[in-house]
Amino acid sequence: MEFLQYFGGVFEPVSFMLLLGGTIGGLILGATPGLSPTMAVALLIPFTFQLEATQGLILLGAAYTATVAGGAVSAILLRIPGAPANIATALDGHEMARQGRGTEALHVSFLASGIGGIVGVLLLIFLTPILAQWALAFGPSHLFWMAILGVTVIGSLDSRSFVKGLLSGCLGLWLSMIGYDDIQGAQRFIFHDSLTGGVNIITALIGIFAIPQVIEMLAKGRVEHKVTSVQVESQSLFTSLKLLGRNVKALSIGTVVGSIIGLIPGVGGQIAGLLAYDQTRKFSKDKDSFGKGNPAGVIAAESANNAMVGPSLVPLLTLSIPGSPTAAVLLGGLLIHGIFPGSDLFDNYPEVAWTFINSMLIGQVLMVIFGIWVARHAARVAHVPPPIMAAAVMVLALFGSYSVQQSMGDVYVMLVLGLSMYLLEKVGFSAAPLVLGLILGPIAEANFIQGSMIANATDGPMVYFMSGTLNLFLVVLVIASIAYSFISTRSANKTGAPA
Amino acid sequence: MKKHLMSLALLAASTTLTSVAVQAADFPDRPISMMVSYGAGGATDFQARIVTMMAGGEEFLGQPMVIINKPGAGGRVGWNWFAGEAEADGYTMAAYNIPHFIAQSIEGGVKYSAESFEPIANWGADPAVVVVGADSPYNTIEELIAYAKENPGRVTVSGAGLYVGHHIAALQIQKATDTKLAYIPTKGGGAAAMKAVIGGDVVAGINNLSDAFRAREAGNVKILAVADVQRSEEFLPDVPTMMEAGYEVDNASVNFRGVMVPKGTDPEIIATLAEKVPAMFASDRVSKQMSAGGSPMKIMSREEVQAMWAARQETLAELLAGLK
Repeated sequence: MEFLQYFGGVFEPVSFMLLLGGTIGGLILGATPGLSPTMAVALLIPFTFQLEATQGLILLGAAYTATVAGGAVSAILLRIPGAPANIATALDGHEMARQGRGTEALHVSFLASGIGGIVGVLLLIFLTPILAQWALAFGPSHLFWMAILGVTVIGSLDSRSFVKGLLSGCLGLWLSMIGYDDIQGAQRFIFHDSLTGGVNIITALIGIFAIPQVIEMLAKGRVEHKVTSVQVESQSLFTSLKLLGRNVKALSIGTVVGSIIGLIPGVGGQIAGLLAYDQTRKFSKDKDSFGKGNPAGVIAAESANNAMVGPSLVPLLTLSIPGSPTAAVLLGGLLIHGIFPGSDLFDNYPEVAWTFINSMLIGQVLMVIFGIWVARHAARVAHVPPPIMAAAVMVLALFGSYSVQQSMGDVYVMLVLGLSMYLLEKVGFSAAPLVLGLILGPIAEANFIQGSMIANATDGPMVYFMSGTLNLFLVVLVIASIAYSFISTRSANKTGAPA
Repeated sequence: MKKHLMSLALLAASTTLTSVAVQAADFPDRPISMMVSYGAGGATDFQARIVTMMAGGEEFLGQPMVIINKPGAGGRVGWNWFAGEAEADGYTMAAYNIPHFIAQSIEGGVKYSAESFEPIANWGADPAVVVVGADSPYNTIEELIAYAKENPGRVTVSGAGLYVGHHIAALQIQKATDTKLAYIPTKGGGAAAMKAVIGGDVVAGINNLSDAFRAREAGNVKILAVADVQRSEEFLPDVPTMMEAGYEVDNASVNFRGVMVPKGTDPEIIATLAEKVPAMFASDRVSKQMSAGGSPMKIMSREEVQAMWAARQETLAELLAGLK
């Protein structure tokens, strides 16, 4: 209970102001498409030069948690996920917003984020020494199987057609191969300079989600808007809490999946939301309601991506290994103050470490309060006439894709992907499996090649990939996931429902 | 108002070639951007932000320097842009990483070579070191090499990618000791390569001195040797160099970081920068922040960097010739 001693530090005037500022600023940055949590934290690092170590970390920690949650705002209201972590949130969240239930969606999203986040940080506080060893156990073979487990989800993410889901997943996998391959030195599918670095995931997200929607809105025009004008229901917090209470199962699945995935270095929060979403749907009695505005989808995704924040810092704080890009940026923030994370961090700098962790707990609470306050006003976005909305989203999309790496090339990539996605959606393909393929491709590929290189130098690939408890456990999960898809398709066929 | 007109006139004039003299005399009169070809938060980005933080001081450049990240393909995206599209007006600078960009240009498929850029000054040098996990049976570099000789191709060694310092060091060690190592490039940079060592995925690793130093402080690794011509007195006075251990491995793999401008920049502007930038690197606040972050500094003048680039070009061309 050592951490309780250091709560005072969080409430010192300067620290608390930084925490508040970091949380509010983080929510706004997170809600801006193109500004991922990693970038938001990196942008803040220079500001911490002037601050004390503890204060600097409070600012960074607050910004990290809040940007992850803030990404849900644009995912729900605009259907542009702020970061890969929020993809699954967009699936049901935006549907809810379109039905005028935007406030409700934002409420449950922030509440789920807060609960997931607090559980994640508590895991960080109480189980760090055990979890650190666990995080190290994941080598290339295990990460490969994790990625394959993710791939098995691809087909079922598209509720309309299993085959088309798989096809768009393959398309995503192919897109992920473009560019210069760091491991073997091959140059693949680089037809234009802007593709040398491959397709940036944030750029792709913006294009794939925002552009089809802009075209859709412009196509509708002014006339139809008058007819479909949505009534934005004002929603009391109490009803949202009741709604959350009815979805405890989604909340628990999200929190558990998020915590586990967050811990594994190299997988990160990118897939936590999607895996949790998929699991929640598989365990749900009403599978068909997902993708049509089921709050359980939002709850699962958001509790997962915030639950992952705490555990994702375990390898960083105890082993000095940043498990995610954002953790790498936080490492920079620690180093700048001469603090080397490692097993003795909590002995040498208990005040810095515990105040930082505590501030993330308090930050979650502030985030929920501020988020709920904003939700009431933000949901009015649905009132904006489509032509104006389309223009605004377009501006955000262009700005966001350019700002990822200050490159006009990325803007072209975003536009091309967006246009293609619009056409693909017309023939029944959907965006989520494609994006999942794009995210999982590099993880599966890099770890497979590394694993084979290690295997060839030792006992051969069969032994390397197929032995050991963890490998076998993951293989069983993969098989179970595939088997489940087959069985559920079969039984759906029997009852006469379209597969 | 007069000042305003003046700057407008300067702006207009700077687009024509005749104005070079005017431009050079007042340089710099607006903020300077510095392109870093790695992502925000990486070691190069992190150090670049520290060493440029004093640029706004009147005694240095009198104008702030802004970091622009253009990451991708191990630095190729940024340096391609810098060689092909950056304006040679002195207001667009870039960070270089040696041996990375020279090795990449020898490998081919990029738009730059050492001839495309003009060095200004060097700020840091991060040598490659050989690390093994804390519970590894090997305690000296000799023991590891002996094991590698008995088991050719079976000693797995992680590093941050291809054609980077770690890869060069691995190639040099193979050549000097007449062994065959299984070099495993990782995708997540030095951190992922270090994780592979600590987690026991590989037998040994080659990593940055600064990161290895921290990992050793945390009790996670043993550092067996430094691939440099001298020991690191500041961070690792107890670790021998490869040469001390009797292996002909010089400093060709040391990761030098510094600042450059595109070829064709006005010589007077280069002279101004070459005078003021090293002084900025040498300021107290910069060196304090750098050493707090465990980043070894090595300030070198333009002439020294030119000599170093030429020497690297030669060594790397020879070393990589056998690879293709």
